[in-house]
Amino acid sequence: MENLIALLIGAPLLGAAVLLCGGRRLDRAGHWLGTLLAAVSFVIGLALFADMLGKAADDRAMHQHLFSWIPVEGFQADIAFQLDQLSMTFVLLITGVGTLIHVYSIGYMEHDERRRRFFGYLNLFVAAMLLLVLADNYLLLYFGWEGVGLASYLLIGFWQHKPSAATAAKKAFLVNRVGDIGLSIAIMLMFTTFGTFAFGPVLESAGETGEGTLTAIGLMLLLAACGKSAQVPLQSWLGDAMEGPTPVSALIHAATMVTAGVYLIVRSADIFNAAPDAQLVVTIVGAVTLLFGAIVGCAKDDIKKALAGSTMSQIGYMILAAGLGPIGYVFAIMHLVTHGFFKAGLFLGAGSVMHGMNDEVDMRKYGGLRKYMPVTFATFGLGYLAIIGFPGLSGFFSKDKIIEAAFAKGGTEGWILGAVTLLGAAITAYYMTRVMLMTFFGEKRWQPDEHGHEPHPHESPKSMTVPMILLAFGSVFAGGIFGIGDRFVNWLKPVTDYEHGHPPISAMAVTSATVAVMVIGVGLAYLQYGRRPVPVVAPRGSLLTRAARRDLLQDDFNHAVFVTGGTHLTRSLVYVDHSLVDGVVNGTAAGVGGLSGRLRKLQNGHVRSYAVSMFGGTAVLIAATLLMRAV
Amino acid sequence: MNPVNYLYLAALLFTIGAVGVLIRRNAIVVFMCVELMLNACNLAFVTFSRMHGNLDGQIIAFFTMVVAAAEVVVGLAIIVSVFRSRHSASVDDASLMKL
Amino acid sequence: MSFPLLTATAAVPAVGAILTAAVPAARRTAAKWLALLVSLVTLVLAGIVFARFEPGGDRYQLTESHSWIKDFGVRYELGVDGIGVALIALTALLIPFVILAGWHDADPLETQSKRWRPTQGFFALILMVEAMVILSFEATDVFLFYILFEAMLIPMYFLIGGFGDRAHSGTDENAAAQRSYAAVKFLLYNLVGGLIMLAAVIGLYVVAGNFSLTEIAEARANGSLEMASSTEKWLFLGFFFAFAVKAPLWPLHTWLPNAMGEATAPVAVLITAVVDKVGTFAMLRFCLGLFPEASKWATPAIVVLALISIVYGALVAVGQRDIKRLVAYASISHFGFIILGIFAMTSQGQSGATLYMVNHGISTAALMLVAGFLISRRGSRLIADYGGVQKVAPVLAGTFLIGGLATLSLPGLAPFVSEFLVLVGTFARYPVAGIVATTGIVLAALYVLVLYQRTMTGPVKEEVRSMPDLRPRELAVVTPLIALLLFLGVFPKPLTDVVNPAVRHTMSDVQRTDPQPEVPVQTVEAAK
Repeated sequence: MENLIALLIGAPLLGAAVLLCGGRRLDRAGHWLGTLLAAVSFVIGLALFADMLGKAADDRAMHQHLFSWIPVEGFQADIAFQLDQLSMTFVLLITGVGTLIHVYSIGYMEHDERRRRFFGYLNLFVAAMLLLVLADNYLLLYFGWEGVGLASYLLIGFWQHKPSAATAAKKAFLVNRVGDIGLSIAIMLMFTTFGTFAFGPVLESAGETGEGTLTAIGLMLLLAACGKSAQVPLQSWLGDAMEGPTPVSALIHAATMVTAGVYLIVRSADIFNAAPDAQLVVTIVGAVTLLFGAIVGCAKDDIKKALAGSTMSQIGYMILAAGLGPIGYVFAIMHLVTHGFFKAGLFLGAGSVMHGMNDEVDMRKYGGLRKYMPVTFATFGLGYLAIIGFPGLSGFFSKDKIIEAAFAKGGTEGWILGAVTLLGAAITAYYMTRVMLMTFFGEKRWQPDEHGHEPHPHESPKSMTVPMILLAFGSVFAGGIFGIGDRFVNWLKPVTDYEHGHPPISAMAVTSATVAVMVIGVGLAYLQYGRRPVPVVAPRGSLLTRAARRDLLQDDFNHAVFVTGGTHLTRSLVYVDHSLVDGVVNGTAAGVGGLSGRLRKLQNGHVRSYAVSMFGGTAVLIAATLLMRAV
Repeated sequence: MNPVNYLYLAALLFTIGAVGVLIRRNAIVVFMCVELMLNACNLAFVTFSRMHGNLDGQIIAFFTMVVAAAEVVVGLAIIVSVFRSRHSASVDDASLMKL
Repeated sequence: MSFPLLTATAAVPAVGAILTAAVPAARRTAAKWLALLVSLVTLVLAGIVFARFEPGGDRYQLTESHSWIKDFGVRYELGVDGIGVALIALTALLIPFVILAGWHDADPLETQSKRWRPTQGFFALILMVEAMVILSFEATDVFLFYILFEAMLIPMYFLIGGFGDRAHSGTDENAAAQRSYAAVKFLLYNLVGGLIMLAAVIGLYVVAGNFSLTEIAEARANGSLEMASSTEKWLFLGFFFAFAVKAPLWPLHTWLPNAMGEATAPVAVLITAVVDKVGTFAMLRFCLGLFPEASKWATPAIVVLALISIVYGALVAVGQRDIKRLVAYASISHFGFIILGIFAMTSQGQSGATLYMVNHGISTAALMLVAGFLISRRGSRLIADYGGVQKVAPVLAGTFLIGGLATLSLPGLAPFVSEFLVLVGTFARYPVAGIVATTGIVLAALYVLVLYQRTMTGPVKEEVRSMPDLRPRELAVVTPLIALLLFLGVFPKPLTDVVNPAVRHTMSDVQRTDPQPEVPVQTVEAAK
């Protein structure tokens, strides 16, 4: 069975290669090929999963060693895979949701002349993401890490003719690269500390080195996670990334790639467990992002950007849970999976709405769409109930566990984190209700555009609604399947340490509080957006609202410090290079030229002046010789 | 007679020749002054030969004469051709070999 | 006596150059085909060298030795180690692509007569450079190396000054003046470096009594050749200065942007991918091999200069408005990495530096040649003159992007392997330097993506609307390079196999061992 692991990656990789090199001939069948290969990968994943379930819990991890990647003295990097329960979870999520989104894209991208290439990029993404989660060492993980970055870059900028898309793509790649510095340095630190960076040896002997080193490695890994998972302070790219086609936002910027940071931290659990300081920073980053994303999500009128804020916030939950240590790892991953279902479903729903509304993204120009798009409304609604944590749906099980774990952290820390997660839950309920009300309820607010085309909202084709329905099933039932009877906990236990947390207040109280804040959030949003008509032009809003619309001024800060500062720096360096460094050289050349121009004047052509210099020179030589003798 | 006096004479002749080369403009006179310097050297060589009691100096004096003769031939030819083209025997007028 | 394979590898292009130059003026196309054929034969010979080289064997293999100038002990002595083999393979591999890419670069303009001859000269000069570069990678006699090091300036001078990029802004006279400025700057810079090296070469002879690299190194190793510490330092500096100019290392780099900007794209590739490699190669072989103590003494300063090169080159690249100058500054940044890897004096750093030389050659060739195709279509080198090319010429844009991604060292493409090795090797010995160098990966992404965004994306500019996509000849240049980048990115073993032993020798030359990990982990492989 182990030999199938490479095929998991191989199938979509083959698809990417064929679709991207194949040329126009494949235009007609390319999307089918891409979808088929993603599905093949999913089937292989299921087969491996079945095989895994047949084994004892401790014996489920599989390894496949392909070949030695970089064989250099004292350095060992292999192309080798490791499939354990954690990787398996991701494999099923990536290939499962991935295949659904491939199917969805067939309809969504139907009128795009570059659809074949879109599927090529999607396949490339799936392959890279699988490489990321299947790698058995950090360097190969880095390979997949950058690979998904590349796919993300290509897909965000898929509509390259729009300058905003091209800029957003570049921004995403650059911000991610900043995070990559962290991953590089972490790997280098592992190499100098342990002499290797394979998961097994590094994690096993993590405890044998000093806490300082481990804290450094942990913080560097966190930096990498911040970049990929859009956590503060490297979160600024995610909102702009919504420039990409909606299926991309669903797959990459909601369900899979952005959760890679959580994977990285959970995978490196042994390092973080031994470095409490690093763990503390992880929880702080998670808590800050959780609130940051939620606040931003409240102010956005662009449906996709509101959902992006929500993604940021939900990943904040996961990072926070991962920072809690053994009481949180499992729930971080569980929330990651349920979030994969409902957030992908929400994004696909948003895409379906945009599809019917001439690509309008401003929610203020929606309204009352439930009559026109019943299926979209129903699936979106189920996703909505899941994300706000409506009891019984999947978000309820996973988020509630995280909140419990946050309280169980203990001490003041536990109380603060618990309060933050509760507050986050309330804001989540608020902004999601806002999205729901502005889009599907109230009066219709759309108007003809400048060309006089009035949108005719209509339900999307089957290829789009079927994936949405399937994801809605996931949103409803996944939490229950995982949560009831601790199935998910038992499944992951052999990989990540788990210890049951004991919150200072009873679990029942936490659950009641969660439900209560959810009701408050929904109620507030209803008062504001359900009872009163929504203005088509956004009101000026309070200072906080305006700041939140601008991503809490983070972009302005980046622009002022890094963009403007960087531009000045490069300009002045170009000047320095030209005038100073090159100037010294050209100056020397000019100096030699000037000197020779002067000396040239001595050659005046008068024989007698040459004679004088000859006599003079001889006289000096003789005088010098005599003088030397005398001395 | 003390041979040193011959050396004084040679130095005197050399100086006269050198001053002539430096201050006269006429190419022929300059040329004669050069000859004067060469002969002053010859005199000095022969004197040294006598003082040291060997023939080296005299042999070199012969070499000098041969070189001087060759130089006269080439030098006069140049002076004559310059005079033909520029109608002047002044060394200052022939200053074309400069940049 | 066995067949002199190494001589043949260099002699074939040299003879080919003469034959190409002798082709009659009217048979221009025949000259091109002849040059291509010669370069392919050289490639085959280089392939044989690569295959015959035994990684586990002697340090220098396929050696040849003949007396040349007896009075000074100068010998015609050739031999290759793994590093030389890798670089010979790189050179022989790139030249056919350079020739193919420059197929029309030296054609006469409409206004010129049919009897215009320089087309032949262009290809003959390229082959001449190839011959000299290959021989310099093979020379194990310091004097022979010195002569080649200097002599290759002559054909390069004519290639830069005589065959400029036809895409320029401004008048023809203006462009000609710029070109001759660039060519003279190239020549003078490198001559100054070369003269200082000559002094050091003579100094070495005075101290050692002969020019043989192997003999001197052996004598130094077994103690029979004592060298005063200050003498060694001065000699080291003399050699290093010349190599640093050629490499080029900050602040001696300013000739490169001019030369690469003014030369045609294939010649620019020749400069940065092939000729400059002689500089870094020579640092490894001569500086570390002959003057190990002085190398260690100078390491801190050189590491700092290399770091400045990395960061400074990348930052200045961001601020460039000219595509080719941007690539030139990117190369300066990359040469910083190579030099950093060499002087980190760890196995990983030096293997990385050697791989970097090869990978940088391939990746820059890919990026620069595609940039050349782009520039020749529009007739401008300015980034601002492009926009939206992706829409009209997707294959061109795609290959350009892959070249760019290779330049920013994306995993999966060859440069990543070498860059990461250099970083790890540096970090193990000098953690701070390793961290500073790591910022290079962000800056590289910045200049590559900014370049790509401004030229390839956005609304289609009117001037590029009718731009044709890559032609078959151009595809034939780019495709193999990209395939090679991918192959070496995933499976660099063929290269590391020949490089590893050479690195081991260099490490023993300088008597340094790798820093040991704090908590060594006994892996299964290590236990074997």
